[in-house]
Amino acid sequence: MRTYNEETLALLLRTLPAAPAAWVKAAQEIPLARRGLDDIVERARADRAFREALFMDAENTLEGAGFESDPALLDAVREHLSW
Amino acid sequence: MPVVETDAQLVARCRQGDDDAWRELVDRFSRYVYAIAVQAFRLPEADAEDVFQEVFARAYQNLPKLRDDSAIRPWLAQLTRRLCLDTIRAGAREQPGEIPEPVGVDDTIANLDESLYVHEALATLPSNCREILDRFFARDESYRLIGDALDLPAGTIASRISRCLVKLRTELEGRNPVAAESGG
Repeated sequence: MRTYNEETLALLLRTLPAAPAAWVKAAQEIPLARRGLDDIVERARADRAFREALFMDAENTLEGAGFESDPALLDAVREHLSW
Repeated sequence: MPVVETDAQLVARCRQGDDDAWRELVDRFSRYVYAIAVQAFRLPEADAEDVFQEVFARAYQNLPKLRDDSAIRPWLAQLTRRLCLDTIRAGAREQPGEIPEPVGVDDTIANLDESLYVHEALATLPSNCREILDRFFARDESYRLIGDALDLPAGTIASRISRCLVKLRTELEGRNPVAAESGG
């Protein structure tokens, strides 16, 4: 059985450095991506009218475009478009 | 002291479609998956990123098929291992013959398992200890940077780290009575 003196603990803590934050965030957004986040953001960047409609009324715009407009998805869209 | 969910509890919440649980699961295992890719398989950063994202995408997709919720860690390790090997093989497509795993993968992953165990114990400590130990050891921040971030005099950082390491050791000894008896 391993003995955990302070030197060993320091070594073990150093062994698992944090993954790059952007990678972690992208992986955390997988459920949102499955619900259309990537498509929504891409379309909003390419289509000014869609972007403005999202800005005015995100919930109805998303529903009108065939997406489910749950709060987490709405928050993520706003964050990606930096509102 | 924070109450930390077991892996099985966290997986069960993910399976119910809880986005917060998924975020927490990624947070819990991101270091582990990353370390397998870059330490055990020594993948370059770009390949490691592809593997990292693919591991979590497949994990999300296949979570409902996991037979034992508490087996998420070895399942992720195996998935990461397989995808790393696929990446190495794809990069060496023009070379004939089977591409073996790099030497020492088992030992490295065993070491990462132990490190993850220590990180799990760290997660149960008060937030001030979690933060200072993580910043100093895992994020390799200087005393000055930590002092600025946590609004602490740089001269007190070393003693705080030492005290928090003692707390971490105590926490681990509580989980592992044999180690407590053997001292260190």
